[in-house]
Formats: sequence, C-alpha cells, structure tokens
Amino acid sequence: MADVTADSLARPPGSVALSVRALRCWLLQYRRTWRASVWTSVLGPLFYLGAMGYGLGSLVDRNGTAALGGVPYVVFVAPAVLGVQAMNSGLSNSLYPVFAATRWNAIYIAARATPLRPADIYRGHLMFITMRIAMNSACFVVIMAAFGLIRSAWAVLLLPAAVLVGLAFAVPTAAWAVTLKRETNLNYPIRFGAVPLMLFSGTFFPISRLPDWIRPLAYATPLWHGVALCRALSLGTLNAGSVAIHVGYLVALTAAGLWAGSRTYPKRLYV
Amino acid sequence: MRMLGCVSPPTSGDLTILGGDPVRDGAAIRARLGVVPQEDTLDNELTVRENLLVYGRYFGLPRRLINQRTDALLDFVQLSERAGDQVDPLSGGMKRRLTIARSLINEPDILILDEPTTGLDPQARHVVWDRLFRLKQRGVTLILTTHYMDEAEQLCDRLVVMDHGKIAAEGTPRELIAAYSTPEVLELRFAPEQQDAAVEKIKDLSPERIEVTADRVLLYAADSEEFLARVRQTGVTPLTELSRRSTLEDVFLQLTGRTLIE
Repeated sequence: MADVTADSLARPPGSVALSVRALRCWLLQYRRTWRASVWTSVLGPLFYLGAMGYGLGSLVDRNGTAALGGVPYVVFVAPAVLGVQAMNSGLSNSLYPVFAATRWNAIYIAARATPLRPADIYRGHLMFITMRIAMNSACFVVIMAAFGLIRSAWAVLLLPAAVLVGLAFAVPTAAWAVTLKRETNLNYPIRFGAVPLMLFSGTFFPISRLPDWIRPLAYATPLWHGVALCRALSLGTLNAGSVAIHVGYLVALTAAGLWAGSRTYPKRLYV
Repeated sequence: MRMLGCVSPPTSGDLTILGGDPVRDGAAIRARLGVVPQEDTLDNELTVRENLLVYGRYFGLPRRLINQRTDALLDFVQLSERAGDQVDPLSGGMKRRLTIARSLINEPDILILDEPTTGLDPQARHVVWDRLFRLKQRGVTLILTTHYMDEAEQLCDRLVVMDHGKIAAEGTPRELIAAYSTPEVLELRFAPEQQDAAVEKIKDLSPERIEVTADRVLLYAADSEEFLARVRQTGVTPLTELSRRSTLEDVFLQLTGRTLIE
C-alpha cells in the first residue's frame, strides 16, 4: 500500500475531453437505434406538413390569407412545425433517456465511478442531445426546402435557430429529469407543457386570433419565441429588435438550465 | 464504500486515497481505482464487449488497447464465448464476472468490491472467489465489504469488523478468532419448549461463553467434545449436537451481539 500512495496523482484531462468521453458512450448506444429514429425524423414532418399544411391549409387558403401575411397556409405553418418538432426532439431526448441513465441502463451510475465528473456526464449527454435535435431539424429544413416552403435567404439560419429552441427545452428538462424518483413524473412536461404550448403558441394560427387577455401568456412561453423566430427566418419578415428578444429569451432559458444542471447532477450522482 | 470510490464526500474525519483528497482530486483518484458496485451497472442493451469498450473510453484508453485488454479480461473471467452477446440474458454470476472484468479495464491500483457475491448461487460464488484470489496473487489490492464471513475468511488478509459505522475490531481472520472466540464451539438444538430449562442447567457448567439464539444454543469452550460429555451428564438431551471450530461468524456475534441474518 505504502509504495502506491507515494505515487503522485496524474492530472485529469480537461472537462471538454472528459465530456467527449461521455458523448462517445451515447454514440455507441445510438448505433443500435439510429434506423428507427431516422423513420420518425423523416415521417414526422411529412405527416405534419401533409395533414396541417396541405389538408387543413386547403380550407384556410380559400378564405384568404391576409391574416397569415399573404402566404399560403402551408408556408405559414411549416417553420412553426419546425419549432414544435425541435421542442419535441429536445424533450424526448432529455426525459426518458436521462431518467433511464440514473437507473435502468445505469449509464450515469457506471460513468461516475470513472474519472468523469457529474458535470462531464451532463455535458456529454447534452452534446448528444444537441446532435439529435440538429439531425431531426436538418431533416425538416431539407423537406421544407424540397417542397418549396421557404421564402427567404435568412432560412440558412433555420437550423441553428431550431437547435436553440430544442436546447431551451432539453437543457432545463435534463436538469430536472435527473432528480426524479418516479417514472410517472416523466409524463408531465409532455402533458402539461408540450401539448398546450403547441396549440397556443401561434403555431397553427396567428397569436392575434387569441383573446386579448391570453396573449401575454403566449408571449411568455418559450415555444412562442421559437416559433416566431423560425417563422421570421423562413418568411424573411425579420426585425432586429424582436429577433434579439427571441434569441435572448431562448439563450437565457438554456443558460438557466445549465446552471440548474450543474447543481442537480452532482446532487443526484454524488450521494 | 462510496466515499472510498470518491463519489460521496466524507461526512466526518480525514480521508486520503492514493495520496489525494477525494473531493479535490476525485477524477484523478478514480482514474486509478476499479469499482465493483453492489448492484450491477452494466448496460444491458449493449454486448459484453461493448460494455468494456464504453468503460475503457471513460478512462481515455485508445481502442486498440481496450480491445487487447478486453480479450485478456474476458478470458480471465471465462466469458470469451459470450463476448458478442447482449448482457441482458446473462446469468447473475456471469454479470458479476463481467462487472469485475470491466472494473479491471484501467489496470487499477486498488479494486473496490461492494458485496461481490451477494445473491449468487454457491457455484457462481466459488468462481468469483477463485478469480478474486488470482487477482490478489497478482498483487492487486482488494478492498471488499461482505456479509459473508466465509467470504472474508477466504479472501481477506486484513479484516475490519464494522458495527453501526464504527470499527469494532481489526486483524487477520486468525487473529480475530484467537482474540474474540474460543478454539471450538458446541452447537446444541433443543425442542423449543425445552430450550429454556436446558439453558438453565448448562449455565451451571460455566462454559467460557454461552449464546442463546432463536433456534440453538452456542457454547464456547476450548474442547467442545469434553464439554459435550459434561452436558450429557446433567441429563440434558439435545435434539442435535454439533461440535466445530470457531469461525469469524462467532467473532461477529461476540463483537456485535447479533447473528448474521443475511
């Protein structure tokens, strides 16, 4: 024992290197499931655009599209659905997988016995979640372009905007999901968060159609900012002030999530 | 055990592991530890080999080195034929051996095992013991907790008996038996309604120590056969009698006043 303790300890590598080690575990996991996930990434947007954009859109367009800014309904709704799928992608990758990593497949629990620290485990997983949101969003943007639903050159920024929307949901959600004791709680963000947000954030109809008293509520939700940002980029109806507010809001939510996770992860993993 | 694994800050006292402070140098210390937790933390969806690959990468090992070590380690824990199989259908004993193999991927200076054979059937336990003994022979320092005194007797050079978080005694298994028990023990069983009366009579023979448990009476004496003869002379008739050498279980009973329920 004595000769062992006499050794000096090697300095551990930096936290980016350690986070990448955690990321690589998720990439190996993903190698098994990517085929199934590609189907949902491609079919999801096609179903949504087909049903809402073209199906419902054919009825809407008949009554005039002045309230939509004079574009066909499908062009109006497509960037919003991009925002919604970024939110869903962020939530689905940060709820069940994070909870499972604390118990069923024990990825976090196994990793904490190694040089990785809780912050590295958190960041490594966020890198993977970012990658997944980006993959799904990229699919969607390509489909939008293929169907001719993009009206502005600003649309090159749709992908980073969608990733930011996804992260604004995923980062705080992961920070919360890691603390959970019971599986049933995982349903709440979908049931009470994602579903009402999708319906009332100016996604399928302009927010000006909502009663006056409810509108401020919609302005306060992250999805409204996400949808407004994506729509402005896609239609080219940009306004520097409002873009700054949308981006600022989403970045602030992501930063708050990072701050929360830097506390909840060590608390859950160092017991 | 979690404190030793640097995943739980010490609540009181000082702790130095490999010359470092577990809170400040946790990552650097864990890089040189191997940990076999009480509950398996294997990834059931991955294959045996992939589990070692993921874990090796956590330690920053290059893939070629991980592959080399994986072959040797799977051979060592007798899982080579299952290398490409998913972990989920493996038996409890195989998962334990895989966890041990995984904990050795970084060639640790210290291997920490938390109840390594709890829940395994006797054959599986013996296989695990055999592998751990070989590691010990190779010079790997093992720190293990166990509820099984036979496990401690088989594997430990130095033993610490803990009771309610405090150290009750320490030494080699042999030293502890010599210090806290008699060389031999006589175990007697009586019909339940006769036990109390029998204990009264035996007490008068003044054994060195007497322990009355729910189902038997333990009598500690230097020579248990000789003591049994004296018991018989009093007219007491036990249902069964067993004379045996003292074990660590007797030491535990003496130190903590409790029998081993698990």
